[in-house]
Amino acid sequence: MALDKNGIAKRIAKEVQDGYYVNLGIGIPTLVANYVREDIEVEFQSENGVLGMGPFPFEGEEDADIINAGKQTITTLPGASFFDSAISFSMIRGKHVDLTILGAMEVSENGDIANWKIPGRMVKGMGGAMDLVASAENIIVAMMHTNKAGESKLLKKCSLPLTGVGCVKKVVTNLAVLEITDKGFKLLERAPGVSVEEIKNATEGHLIIEGVIPEMSM
Amino acid sequence: MINKKVLSVTEATAGITDNMTLMLGGFGLCGIPENAIAALVKSEVKGLTCISNNAGVDDFGLGLLLQKHQIKKMVSSYVGENDEFERQMLSGELDVELIPQGTLAERCRAAQAGFPAIYTPAGFGTEVAEGKETREFDGKMYVLEHAFKADFAFVKAWKGDEAGNLIFKGTARNFNPCMCGAAKITVAEVEELVPAGTLNPNEIHIPGIFVQRIFKGERYEKRIEQRTVRQRN
Repeated sequence: MALDKNGIAKRIAKEVQDGYYVNLGIGIPTLVANYVREDIEVEFQSENGVLGMGPFPFEGEEDADIINAGKQTITTLPGASFFDSAISFSMIRGKHVDLTILGAMEVSENGDIANWKIPGRMVKGMGGAMDLVASAENIIVAMMHTNKAGESKLLKKCSLPLTGVGCVKKVVTNLAVLEITDKGFKLLERAPGVSVEEIKNATEGHLIIEGVIPEMSM
Repeated sequence: MINKKVLSVTEATAGITDNMTLMLGGFGLCGIPENAIAALVKSEVKGLTCISNNAGVDDFGLGLLLQKHQIKKMVSSYVGENDEFERQMLSGELDVELIPQGTLAERCRAAQAGFPAIYTPAGFGTEVAEGKETREFDGKMYVLEHAFKADFAFVKAWKGDEAGNLIFKGTARNFNPCMCGAAKITVAEVEELVPAGTLNPNEIHIPGIFVQRIFKGERYEKRIEQRTVRQRN
């Protein structure tokens, strides 16, 4: 069965390693924090200016001056720090953040990503996404394999305005884990109960299938 | 001590005229110069170009200036959560320049630090880089982005002293320090304004040299955009 959003987050959490500084985008990526192993040390960075983000506050303890990039009230953990936007993006562009997890509307087989604009329909802006994708060494995209109309979001070429070129390394969807290689999307894992055939049908870009594709271990 | 203290928001916003370019600190509604915005609404100044990460919500923050059609152009990285903004943008009443968030911060900082421009990898290969100079360094492509030129910067800090020294709180810091000294005149509003010598010099985030006017905000609503909580068990 295809994964739900929490399932995608749970699978991505396995990519988070001890000692990592991680930036989580809005949407599915935010859920990843809930599934990171408890025996490792990880710090979450939010680009509005906090490192060492903790869970949401208890009711009545919200502080309007302490929010994340999604404008949600948050708390901080021991060792946390606050800083200005220039320092925040120095961490990002300067490659001090180890892993970036973000959502996307489209990803192409050469690693281009589009996630900020649908001309004429949705123009909210890129926020920090262009800085993140232009610099991070390790970018994982969390998204559904197809859009609401059932069309593939893993394409030969993105149709929407780009956020960054040739930058995505890995994609985790409700159906599969894929690595972006020089030759296209390499299928690494299937969601539990999902067949290679189903993944093939849902992928417009070039899909590389080598040997037996294992099921994700959750 | 060079005294930067002004007694009222009216004095703090003196000299603002139509068609000026303003920088305004804040991320969402967090750390926005609430009192200066209220004064700008009251002043009815118009044709403004506003450099600010976001554009407020319909009835708070920069949304208040949008409602009164006082803004001609917005330079921001993210402008969701505001219906009136979207309406004005789609109808062509409002000119909007969307730029990457890190580029926004660095174009402020460049103006503050005396750099005419900076090279950033953000936006290369996208429509943001169209018509801009690009250059390769060590095999990677970068886009040339120019320092902002603004008439006034409005920032909000937690504490300040009469010398204009500022201390920020939590994530209300965001773009505020980057905008100090990045415009011809920087106006800081603070929750607590103390005599010089009261704040510990080791704990100052922004030295007073970057600030021309400082005043104590009359009141702060500090509206929360997304109140998220967890349950106690």
